[in-house]
This record gives sequence, C-alpha cells and structure tokens, in this order.
Amino acid sequence: MTDTPVIQLSDLSIGFTGRAGHTLPVLRNIELTVRPGESIGLVGESGSGKSTVALAAMGYLKRGLRVLGGSATFEGHDMFALSRKELESLRGGHLALIPQNSGQSLTPTLRIGAQLTEALRLHSRLDPAQFPARVLELLGQVRLPDPQAITRRYPHELSGGQQQRVAIAMALAGEPRALLLDEPTTGLDVTTQAHILELLRDLARETGMAMVYVSHDLGAIARVCDRVVVMYAGEVVMEGSARQVLTAPTHPYARGLLASIPKLSDPHLPMALGGRPPAPGGAGDGCAFVDRCALASDLCRTSRPMLAPGPGGAPVRCHHADRADTLPMSSQGDHAARAEAGTAPVLSLQDLEIRYSKPGILDRLRGREDTRPATVDDITISIAKGETLGLVGESGSGKSTILKTIAGLLPPADGEIRFDGDAPLPRSVEQRGPDHLRRIQLIFQNPDDSLNPRHTIAEILEQPLKLYFGLSGTALQDRCVEILERVRLGGHYLDRLPSQLSGGEKQRVAVARAFAANPDLVLCDEVTSALDVSVQAAVLELLNDLKAAQGTTYVFVSHDLAVVRALSDRVAVLYQGRLCEIGPSAEVYALPSHPYTEVLLGAVLEPDPDTVPKLTADDVIELSPPAKGCPFQRRCPRKIGAKCDTDTPPWQTRDDGHAIRCHIPLDDLHRQQHADS
Amino acid sequence: MSLASIPQNSRLGRTLSVLRDVMSRPSGAVGLCLVVFHLILAVISPYIAPFDYRTMNAAMMLTGPDGVHFLGTDHLGRDVFSRTIQGGREAILVTGIATPIAVAWGGMVGIFFGLIGGRVDEVMMRFVDAFLSLPWILKMLVLIVTFGTGIEVLIPTLAFFYGIPVIRIARAATHDVVARDFVAAARARGQSRMTIMRKELLPNVLDALMVEGAMRWSWMLLAFSSLSFLGFGVSPPTPDWGLMIADARGFMSFAPWGVLGPVIALSTLIIGINLTADALAKALGIDRAQKAPV
Repeated sequence: MTDTPVIQLSDLSIGFTGRAGHTLPVLRNIELTVRPGESIGLVGESGSGKSTVALAAMGYLKRGLRVLGGSATFEGHDMFALSRKELESLRGGHLALIPQNSGQSLTPTLRIGAQLTEALRLHSRLDPAQFPARVLELLGQVRLPDPQAITRRYPHELSGGQQQRVAIAMALAGEPRALLLDEPTTGLDVTTQAHILELLRDLARETGMAMVYVSHDLGAIARVCDRVVVMYAGEVVMEGSARQVLTAPTHPYARGLLASIPKLSDPHLPMALGGRPPAPGGAGDGCAFVDRCALASDLCRTSRPMLAPGPGGAPVRCHHADRADTLPMSSQGDHAARAEAGTAPVLSLQDLEIRYSKPGILDRLRGREDTRPATVDDITISIAKGETLGLVGESGSGKSTILKTIAGLLPPADGEIRFDGDAPLPRSVEQRGPDHLRRIQLIFQNPDDSLNPRHTIAEILEQPLKLYFGLSGTALQDRCVEILERVRLGGHYLDRLPSQLSGGEKQRVAVARAFAANPDLVLCDEVTSALDVSVQAAVLELLNDLKAAQGTTYVFVSHDLAVVRALSDRVAVLYQGRLCEIGPSAEVYALPSHPYTEVLLGAVLEPDPDTVPKLTADDVIELSPPAKGCPFQRRCPRKIGAKCDTDTPPWQTRDDGHAIRCHIPLDDLHRQQHADS
Repeated sequence: MSLASIPQNSRLGRTLSVLRDVMSRPSGAVGLCLVVFHLILAVISPYIAPFDYRTMNAAMMLTGPDGVHFLGTDHLGRDVFSRTIQGGREAILVTGIATPIAVAWGGMVGIFFGLIGGRVDEVMMRFVDAFLSLPWILKMLVLIVTFGTGIEVLIPTLAFFYGIPVIRIARAATHDVVARDFVAAARARGQSRMTIMRKELLPNVLDALMVEGAMRWSWMLLAFSSLSFLGFGVSPPTPDWGLMIADARGFMSFAPWGVLGPVIALSTLIIGINLTADALAKALGIDRAQKAPV
C-alpha cells in the first residue's frame, strides 16, 4: 500500500447564497484522505452533509452550491478545476459512484448484457471483441448465479438485490480505483443488505480499490469500513478506526448516536438524542453540537473546537473529549411498558385470509374459484389488552397488509376480526360504527405521506376531534394544544404546515392525531423507518410513554428486528403472508427459532466491528407463496425433504406460549441451532 | 390590516404569496397587466368611447385612421376605435361567468371519479374521450341551432362543453393524491366521501384546477369569438370582436383597420391570459403539458 492518497479533500467548504444574500455553508473545513485499498465510512444523520461530501469528491455540486474554499483532488487532479471533458473521462471510469437506489436507475428497456457492454464501451480500453467475455466476468465478480442467463434479462426481471449487484458490476466496468457508495443498501431487506455488504467487503479486498461508504447505518459501516468519519451539521466531528469510533467514541455526538440505536442483544429502549441539528449557517461561533450536548460549557458556546487528536489519538472536534467517556453509549433507556398478565384479548384474528387479486370476469361467470395462493393466509393471533405485538418480516411478508385489514381499509377474503369480545367487526371501514372507528387508530410509515400537505397542524388534529367528539370553538382549540403537549410539541405548532416541521416532529403529529381519538388499539405501520436513528429513539420513547399512561394496545409492524424487540411483549414472524413463529419476545429472540427467524436474526448488523453476520439462506426474493407445504421451503437452510414441499407444517407450542411452525421437532431444531452457533 | 400581519399559512397569506410570485416573473407581470387592462377597459369603455357604437355615417364609410377616428371607420361609417374598446364586454362577461362554472362542475365530477376509481371511473372516462373526439364546433352548433343564440344559451353551453376536459384534468390530479396515505388515514378514521373530497382532495387539486381554469378561459374566449364570427354569437349592432372581424374581412385589402383593431384586442387578451396561466403554473409548481391555443 502506497501512501499517496486516492481522494483528498483539504479544508473544503461548500455553501450557497441564502435569501438574504448571506453565504450559508453546507460543509465546513472538510478534511478527508482516502488511501488506496482503504474503506472509509461517512456516517451522519440526514442533513449532515455526508452525501454532499461524496459528490464533491467526484467534482459534482448540487444546483446552487459552490465551493467556498479548499480543494478536492482525485489522484492529484483538482476536481473543481478540470474541464467537463476531463471530468467525464474520470467519472464512471477510475472514480465510480453507486447512488442510493441505483438498482432502480438501470435502463428499463435494455437487457443487462447491453447495459454492461455500454459501460465497457464508455469506460474501458478493451477491444470490443472482448466485451462479451468481460461482461460475464463482471457478473461473476458480483456473485450473480448463471451470468449468461442474466445478460439476457431486463432489469425488472431481477430482484432488488440482483439489480444492486448489476449496478455494482457497472461501476466495476471501468476498473475504478475508488468507489463512492451513497447509501447503497438503504431500502433493501436485511438479508439482501447483508449479502451485498459481504460482496462489497470481498470486492474491496480482491481489487484493492478504495471505497467511500456513505450511510446512516452504523451496523453496515461496522461491517464494511476500516475507518469511520462521523459528520454533524456539515463538519467532521470525529475520525478514527471503525473499532475506535464504534466502541470508544470520544465525541459526545458519536456516543449519543450509538446510544440511540436499538440493539438486538439489548432489550432496553434506545436513548433519544434531544433537539435537532442547526440549519445551514445557523451554527454560530461555537460548537455546532452545543445545544444538544450534555457536556456543553460556556467555552463551547463561544469558540468553535478544532479537529485535534483526542484521547486515544483519534482526531475529534470537541473541547471536552476527555470527559466524553462519562456519557452513556449503549441503550440505557427504560424497559418497555409491559402488559398486565391474564387480561382478556382486545383483538383476535381468526383464520384471516387476504387476497389482492380478484378473479377475472370470465372465471367469475363460469363460477371458478381462484386457485392461486392467497397473499396472506391462515393468520390466527389474539392480542391481550395493553399488550404490544410486534409483526416482523421482510418486504412482501404481508405485515402491512394485515394492519390495513384490521383497520378495515382492505377487506379480508375470509376469516374474521373480533374486537374487544364483540361480534366480528364489519369487514370494511365504511360498514363500521363510529365507536369502533374511534377505538382503532392507524399510524403510517411516512408522515410526509400521511399528513395532508395543505392542512395546518391545527386542521390535522381537529379532524378526529370534530368527528369523534363533536368538539368546536375554544374546547377544540384547547384540546389540540393539550394533545400537542402530550407528544412534546407546543401550541405554537398549530398554525404551521407539515412542510415546516422536521421528520420527527411530523411523525409526532401523526402520533398525536391517532391518540386524539383516545384509541384502545393503535396500529403502527413501520412508524420509525423513515426517521433518523436519534429521532426514531425519541418516537419509540413517546409511544412507550403514551402506552404506559393510557394502557393502549399496539400492533407494531417493522422490518427492524431490534426495534421490535425494544418495544414488544410478543413477536410474530411472518414470511410470505404466513405466520412462522409467535411468542414472548424474549423467547422468539432466543433458541430454538423457526429457520426463517434464524436467517433474519443472522443477517442483522450490529454497530460492532466484531459481530459477523451468519448468512445461511440466499437473498432471493420470492414473489408469491408456494401453493402448498411450508411457505419457506424454497429458501430454508434446514429443509428436511419432500415433506416440506407438500405438507403444511404443524404448530409446535411450548408451555410459555412460544409456538413455531416447522416440521423439525423443536428439540432437534434447538440442538442443530445450538451446535451451529 | 397590513400585509405583513397576515399569517403566512392562512389562505389569504398563501394567495398573496402566489400572486407575488406570479408578478415576479416577466411573463406573469406582462400577462397580468394585459388581463387587468382589458378588464378595466371592459368596465369603463362605454364612458370613455368617443362615439356611440351604433351611430352610422354614410358620408364617412371606410375612411382611414385620423385624428378624429383613431382606427378609421367601418363599412357603415361607425367608429372602429369605439367599437373595438367595447367589443370585448360581451365576450368577457359570458366567458367570465361560464369559466368558473365549467371548472367547478368539471372539477367536482373529476375528483369524484378519481376518488371512486375502478370500473365506473374507467367507463365514464371512455364516454368523456368519445365526447372530446368530436369537433367542438359541431357539438356547439347543434345546441345553438336547437336552443337559439343569446347569453342565456351561450353561458350554459360554453360552461358545459368546457367543463368536460376539466373532468380529465381533475381526475388525473386526484389520482396522484388519492393513493397517498392521508386519504387512507381519512378513510380509516371514518370520514364521509364528501368530506374526503372537500377536505383532503380538493386542496391538493385546486392548483391544477386554477391553472386549468385560466387556460379554459382563453380557449373559451376564442370559441366565443369564433361563434360570433360565424354569426351565432352576439347579434348586431352590439360590438363584438368576432363579429367585427367577420364584417370587415371583405374590405381587408383596402381598409385593413377594420380588422386590425379587434384582432389586436382579442390577441392581447388571449396572450395575456396565457402568459398569466404560464406564470401561475410555474408559481404553483405544476407542469403544463397543454400548450396555449395561439
């Protein structure tokens, strides 16, 4: 390894001109050195400027931004001094970028082979006669099975993970010496993400190229990167080896970030980081983190700390780095509020079956039954009052579908939903009475989508209050303020529009709207997955407090096993719309597990450089469940034979209510899994 | 109340800020000035016209522009300038009433079909397509021949015909909104279909409807003038641009001023409306696929 850096950003500041004519910096004095063969992780929350750094390394600035000072070089070329032509020859060739959702940026009308050939024609000096062989070689390099067949496919015929692999193969076509990855696995399923990360690790080792990996996910960073740079409000606040940053961070923000991540090994609620980062240019003279820092002193308000070696030798931007180790960095939040035992079920689902497809007109006229397997089938769950049930599974597992059906938005094809011991609930929301409507509330994944952008916060909160309680005038106004205060927002938010709130504040409003109805059952559909980790921790804490105060029952859907663990009393694991395993959360997360749960748990990445994911199944995405037998038959690493293909596995229930649906006897399963771990 | 004290997020505040945005764009400033000029002219023209529009003068037929008759006289010796400045009154009145009606009913029907979706929506849209595929002048003439001319026929006729394309626009805009979670949230809460249309959908479709309304207005003006040109609109001697062009076109080779006055007046109004609609679309952030009719 030579010491000449591949990418070097020196004292780089980037900013834009604000409305009042002031220059507002987005990045301030960024120093970043990437040496050949090195993998660097850029971590930070949304708005911290990490993507801007990656793009600046390519000599690219988003519209309106300009360089205020400093330089960005790639192998000695000053990226902001090169002509357009010179930049074109570098970009995509020796310096490649894999943006977020790059799998979806493949040209939909071109076969994979043709797209890769095009990349080779643009960025490699090979003889065109060698292209077909090189295409196969590249596809093999990104571990795609049967490259010959893949070249003839169109992008939509590949799964998300396979598309991402093709995008990586395209980036590799120019034999890059540095690869910039901007959130390359965000939006992929956990198992797919784990496979892609292993591939990136191997590629970096095989080709000796440098990688800059931009992500908010410390787990992914821990797996791929040697060195980690933590960014906050457009500044580098800490830099060091992955081990140092993740196990002994010396900056208060890095510690807070680690504490706000829910961890699989830890059943506590994560600790929220209060406040929010300053807007560009709003940092003032002092430290940008001062308003959220527990160590802040008068010095921090008046003088901006420099990036200087802290305790342990790693550069850190903090006046009090020597005292940072007094701050907690693991989740020491509360235990989630638990349900009282032995209460009556508030909700029970009986043999629920949900179909998206409707039989065609011809089939209906001929009176034919739909023989295709249902999207969701055979769901029988009962939830006790005050309990939190976690529903986990990968995308397409039907977890959100089940919530929509409980809420009445998607009528089930068969089965019944009983609420609070009453007669079965009417199937669709239009047939339900006002009392049922009020008592079951739904919170959606993305507040940008679930809050009407044209309504002020007051209008949003008034809707359920008018509808269910007939409030008006000052009573209505007072109640809105009261509800906002309960979610830790104040009355001054009433006249704002959702677009004037941060992501976390918007989700609080969505939570407030649901709780305005005084519900007994709240359905949470991935409510934290669109949020930054520190904000996620705050929303989880809020949900937990509301539950403790009001005894609300939750059905909590998430793809994140650690988040579910932190909040749930019981957990149900879904695959392809069928239940695999259900039980008290401590039991589900311990052995024995259903083979699918085992695969999921193995793929979870912890923010710890020492944990290695256990990848036991392929990351193939199945589009429809098998017609008979076990739903997991095609991917199961512990498949025992033809029985799994033909017979629906039986429920095997233990005394503590932990039930697993598998043909393998529980004792055998436990023994096998114990031996493997 | 001063401008600064209006809360930014209130409806009035938003309208003002959109208006400011429109005025800050060159096309918006020019367009709005032209439209406002025509509107003011339509109101005050009877009081400032130098001659009565009916007064004929057999001795002054088809004279050229001079200090007395700024735009010359027509074939009956009437003052072209006086007739031109008053020639838009009827057109602006009829289209000014018919446009809001067209946008309102077309918008309501479009939002309704966009919300219910499914087969009913598909079938209804095919009817709309079939209707739109017939040439408008044909449909219009059939109605006018049946019911006769005059404002009381023209306003509902124009409002009906020009509401139908609005259905498509409103439905398309609704389709973008209806799949969003806040509509699902309203359904899950148990809000009635009417409330969902009015509270959740309409505010998000309103921008598209406003731009569409401005566009429809300019199309409608053109249609009204075309009908007058063909003799189905305003009856003489009431001055009207379409009618004036029809009357003067026979003498165009040696007395072009008779055509020039109304043509300039009509074009400036339509261009003004189109420029305003363009700026409005940009201010509201709406892509406008449909181009201006002139």
